[in-house]
Amino acid sequence: MRSFQELKRLAKRACGEYPQARMALLGDSATQLLATALKGEGMARGLALDLFEAEYNQVERQVLDPTSELYGFDADFTVIYQSSHKLLEKFSLADAGTRASLAEERLDFVRTLCRSLKGRIIYYNYPEIGDGVFGSYQNKVESSFIYQVRKLNLGLMDLSREYPNLFICDLSELQAKLGRDFCFDSSVYVSTEMLLSLDALPYVASRTLDIVCAIRGSFKKCLILDLDNTLWGGVVGDDGWENIQVGHGLGIGKAFSEFQQWIKKLKERGIILCICSKNDEDKAREPFEKNPEMVLRLDDFAVFVANWDNKADNIRTIKEILNIGYDSMVFLDDNPFERNIVRENIPDICVPELPEDPGDYLEYLYGLNLFETASYSSADKDRTAQYQAEARRVSSARAFTDEKAFLKSLGMVSEVSGFNGFNIPRVAQLSQRSNQFNLRTVRYTEDQVRALGADSRHQCFAFTLADRFGDNGLICVVILEKQDAGTLFIDTWLMSCRVLKRGMENFTLNTLAGFARENGFKRIVGEYIPTAKNGMVADHYLRLGFTPVPDAPGRLFVLDVDAFSPLDCYIETKQTPYAE
Amino acid sequence: MQNEALLEQVQEIFRDVLDDEEIVLQETSTAEDVEGWDSLTHIQLIVAIEKHFKIKFTSKEILSWKNVGELVDCLAAKLA
Repeated sequence: MRSFQELKRLAKRACGEYPQARMALLGDSATQLLATALKGEGMARGLALDLFEAEYNQVERQVLDPTSELYGFDADFTVIYQSSHKLLEKFSLADAGTRASLAEERLDFVRTLCRSLKGRIIYYNYPEIGDGVFGSYQNKVESSFIYQVRKLNLGLMDLSREYPNLFICDLSELQAKLGRDFCFDSSVYVSTEMLLSLDALPYVASRTLDIVCAIRGSFKKCLILDLDNTLWGGVVGDDGWENIQVGHGLGIGKAFSEFQQWIKKLKERGIILCICSKNDEDKAREPFEKNPEMVLRLDDFAVFVANWDNKADNIRTIKEILNIGYDSMVFLDDNPFERNIVRENIPDICVPELPEDPGDYLEYLYGLNLFETASYSSADKDRTAQYQAEARRVSSARAFTDEKAFLKSLGMVSEVSGFNGFNIPRVAQLSQRSNQFNLRTVRYTEDQVRALGADSRHQCFAFTLADRFGDNGLICVVILEKQDAGTLFIDTWLMSCRVLKRGMENFTLNTLAGFARENGFKRIVGEYIPTAKNGMVADHYLRLGFTPVPDAPGRLFVLDVDAFSPLDCYIETKQTPYAE
Repeated sequence: MQNEALLEQVQEIFRDVLDDEEIVLQETSTAEDVEGWDSLTHIQLIVAIEKHFKIKFTSKEILSWKNVGELVDCLAAKLA
């Protein structure tokens, strides 16, 4: 953590080309140094904060008066620091009868805040101050201060779920980690009205900027892990998979188990996990496959790299596979030498200085708050699974020098069907969105898609694609128009770019030609209508063996159905009738 | 430690916190004599001195000093 003095120097620096964000800061105590710390921390992260600092103790006035400077400033982020200390003072001055409604009263104000302010609100929750009036009996007494503080903090969580623009900065958790005596310095308070110690300021600023950056789209997506003495104790190459330290037996194994449990939770939240280890690959995999104490399993990882190459090079490989920025990656390794190599070669990656004792890993990492996020939905888990599938596909492709062998190894299956109640919304969505792999770019709404599906002059196809790594869902749509007894015209052929280079085009044409032959059609005519975005399919029909129509070269193409022999492809058809 | 030696170390701390290598402190120096020494930087100076000498001033002490000399006297008493 940077010292306040360092932040102060950073805050003074010229911000040059940094992107800007407008931040308002309101507090019920002196906030000048917090403002400095926030600016400095912003600079440290490449963000220039244009900061409006309300005058001392003006939270209510600024919020409740629609003509106040706060509304004039129009902040992207409004940071509000109403302190436990001042709350306690208010509590102490209130008559005993109204103390039990303190939390409700404050929550009402926050609700007003959420309704009144544009932009995002970052509200500091309330660190606990045990005033010792009731002792632990305070838990039974609704009108005790602690009872009200805890109720208030819980209420804030509920409000932040209700109001998407409200983000809680967890000062309470931060104080639990750092300690109240670290966070509060009575002589600083007495002489300045400031409620955060100079040492606590950088932590508070950092937690605040974590939220700001996450909202702005900068956050960690991927965790890359070493194995020996990072995920388990010992060296698997020397000790063997059965003798590594993990699990709740003797020794330090439980520290590694708990570490793995934490990593598993991150994966479940949507963080992509990768391994980067200096090991023989088969030895490195053994603990995951055979040791029953291991919490993490091979299928938790998107990319598994174990070899004797330089780790910086291996991380570059991981980056290529995942196609995400280095600044969204975290690398954990117990070995300072490896950490330095990675840091020196890949400056943007985050490489925490893991403590020497594995028993300290977790508490250290908890304190770094590396995985701030501005959104979470249960779908994150599925999205990760798709990411992982793609990553596994790419990393698997690397193992093959022969593309055909790779495609064969995928075990691809496509379900071919007509349009039906289940797939019509997705067909319409693809029709509206596909730009690149789209031969004529004719857009159809859901109603039109439904009508085409039911029209006897048209034959409609919807294709899915799944392989051993995952299911891509519906990815290709073809609509054939029966122009005359012998001719099928391809009114629509579009495909999701996610499945390029899998031979899906060949599979599709084989299917179309099969339909044509079975139903006595002689010709399939395709048309390419160029747009600004569909250049990738300009030669689509030529590549598939169509012949240009002399009157309209480059635009109309024809395929002789009887002369057609099926094209190479490694996709199996999952049989469902494609007729209506 | 002699007050003079302490004054010299305090001066270093002032230079560091206020980012000004030119600062020269005397026992009679007050906030008015030193550029950048205001109520906000005051507490930063105090905390830096506390950390450097591993001592803690009371609020009363902090509010009582009239010049650098009194601060150094107080410091010397704690270190004695």
